[in-house]
Amino acid sequence: MAGKKYDLVITGGRIIDPALGFGKDAYVFIKDGLIKKIVTPAAAVQKEVKSLDKALIVDATDKLVVPGLIDIHVHLREPGREDAETIESGCRAAAAGGFTAVCCMPNTTPRIDNQETVKFVQDRAKDCDARVYVVGAVTKNLEGKELSEIGDLVKIGAVAISDDGKYPQNPEIMRRGLEYAKMFNIPVMQHAEDQYLCAGGVMNESFQSSRLGMKGAPAVAEEIAVLRDIALCRFTGARLHIQHVSTRQAVAAIREAKKDGVRVTAEATPHHLVLTDEEIGKEFNTNLRVNPPIRTAADRDAVIEGLVDGTIDCIASDHAPHSEEDKDCEFDLAPAGMIGLETTLGLIKTYLVDKGYLSWADAIRKMTANPARILNLPGGTLAEGSPADITLIDPDKKWTVKADKFRSKSKNSPFIGWKLSGQVYKTILGGRIVFEQ
Amino acid sequence: MSRLSSRHLLGLENVPKEDVSLILKTTNSFREVIDRTIKKVPTLRGITVLNLFYEPSTRTRISFELAEKRLSADTVNFTTSTSSVKKGESLRDTVQNIEAMKIDMVVVRHSSSGAPYYLTRCMDANIINAGDGAHEHPTQALLDMYTIWRKYGHLDGLRVVLVGDVKHSRVIRSNIWGLKTMGASVALCGPSTLLPYEVERFGCDVYTNIDEALDGADVVNVMRIQLERQQSGLFPSQREYTNLFGINKQRLKLLNKNFTIMHPGPMNRGVEITSEVADSGHSVILEQVTNGQAVRMAVLYLLSGRKEEEEE
Repeated sequence: MAGKKYDLVITGGRIIDPALGFGKDAYVFIKDGLIKKIVTPAAAVQKEVKSLDKALIVDATDKLVVPGLIDIHVHLREPGREDAETIESGCRAAAAGGFTAVCCMPNTTPRIDNQETVKFVQDRAKDCDARVYVVGAVTKNLEGKELSEIGDLVKIGAVAISDDGKYPQNPEIMRRGLEYAKMFNIPVMQHAEDQYLCAGGVMNESFQSSRLGMKGAPAVAEEIAVLRDIALCRFTGARLHIQHVSTRQAVAAIREAKKDGVRVTAEATPHHLVLTDEEIGKEFNTNLRVNPPIRTAADRDAVIEGLVDGTIDCIASDHAPHSEEDKDCEFDLAPAGMIGLETTLGLIKTYLVDKGYLSWADAIRKMTANPARILNLPGGTLAEGSPADITLIDPDKKWTVKADKFRSKSKNSPFIGWKLSGQVYKTILGGRIVFEQ
Repeated sequence: MSRLSSRHLLGLENVPKEDVSLILKTTNSFREVIDRTIKKVPTLRGITVLNLFYEPSTRTRISFELAEKRLSADTVNFTTSTSSVKKGESLRDTVQNIEAMKIDMVVVRHSSSGAPYYLTRCMDANIINAGDGAHEHPTQALLDMYTIWRKYGHLDGLRVVLVGDVKHSRVIRSNIWGLKTMGASVALCGPSTLLPYEVERFGCDVYTNIDEALDGADVVNVMRIQLERQQSGLFPSQREYTNLFGINKQRLKLLNKNFTIMHPGPMNRGVEITSEVADSGHSVILEQVTNGQAVRMAVLYLLSGRKEEEEE
């Protein structure tokens, strides 16, 4: 519409923008999909707002106004398993969870190890409710044998490479992957679990696996994998990002490496920050089967500590949809993974902010500015001129996780029935409201 | 106390002492039935029991089947080789189809830990666990306990040593929970590679030296050692296992005077136990088999007809 002054104006909310470093009451003016200005509500500003069409005003009184959340670790299942999730449904789930950008992993069918598949995903993501950044495969078909054409992948827009779900067991291959990725200044995102030590493991190896008689995946499998890759990272000078850190020793290893100046970053998932393996024996809930497995309370506490002290840079959901048919079976026969996009914010608020581990500003930083920095993504800020990707949060709103409310095509969450505090109020993508409560 | 606190028997962990005592006492009555010329009672007439075996089993299946027949129940057997499982039907669909044929009770053996629990979510029948993965095998432990109880008149204060592959043994797990509940003192012994992570948290004395384990014990329950464990590198050779952990006559000298030798079968004679020991006067291995039937009759009887709403 010619002459339209703004797309939207958000009034009355409290701004939390870790990238800008302030947290105060301000109005956000959006124009042409960008943040035009953020100003304190002085009399002149209030007067200007009064003169605008009421339909443009988003009243955010008592709400937090934060940069659109960014999740750098999700599985969108398309192409290949559109019964579990599509790019479109995954983006709707992202919007409902307050995420305006996600990075999708390459373990689709076919794998995202070539330009055509990257292009396919990018095309499917157009006009969806979130921005989708593609992570390409380190090795062809994720087999850990030969490097994929990483230059090609980067050229068409891959933001990082990963063999997520698998661990390139051969250190020579991993070394070459790191070295090669260094040319493009992208990190290798690593699912760090030694495949020999984890072979057949269906849960954490602990007294719980001993009690239940299940094959365990030991913590040392992650520790060894992390230590090896830190050594390779140090040696090559490349960038390494450790996905879903789940053990005390892995946190310690990353902390030490960072002190030494190794270029390593790390993420933690809400489930590793909240759950312990004692949950599994209660009902053999297959939605608790995940790789790496949920661990002991000591591990969980160490992951929280790592997140708090900055050893772990960001929070990522590892959103992993699986159909009800695939999960409705014996525990050890179920595929690993749980959905997370729509519960991350509520879990982090309830279990980390409310318990005093993180301030709201810290929590938001770990879901906005930090993930953006790791993968050099646009967004993660409300700076004037940035894309108007904004999440409005009802900070103390109580809600219950319900299976029939998920926007994801899959319902495989162990948090169904949980009562959480802190809910997404509205999600704005490029100046367009893509989700509202 | 004349009824169990649950309508299923999924394991012995967290089963109260009163329940175990009730099963043992009831077993005693059925043990007497087995010794009669006419070994059949009308107790479960009209009840249909499904023996659902997803893993090969000879003695447990036969034992359950005979127990069911002696109680006058109608029985159906289902094993993987004759089922639709090979065609890819899910466990839920399989049991719901069978339940549609009006099954009252299901005896299940499955290689997945927790599968019997899963069945309680799929169907209304009473579920009896006949072995799930390396998790539990409650009727085996109950028959072991009954056999000990029958000989000594009590379980509390006895020292019971469980020898073998502690890591992969569901029989050992169920024995640990049951015996501890009844006040016995339990010792575990096996090669350290076959002890599960944090094994000490089971609350038993743990040994890797068999002579130390046997010292002053009343009962030795010897577990079958599976060849495949050696093949997967968990111990170097059968020969070395026999040398380090095999129960032979020499080692029996360490036990208390009125000692008892047990084995849940099938035995690898000359590997985990010598024939001399297995066939000695202190061995109750065959009596275990007989008692197994009586225990299963007791469990079937106590659970039969128990509906959801009666859950306490």
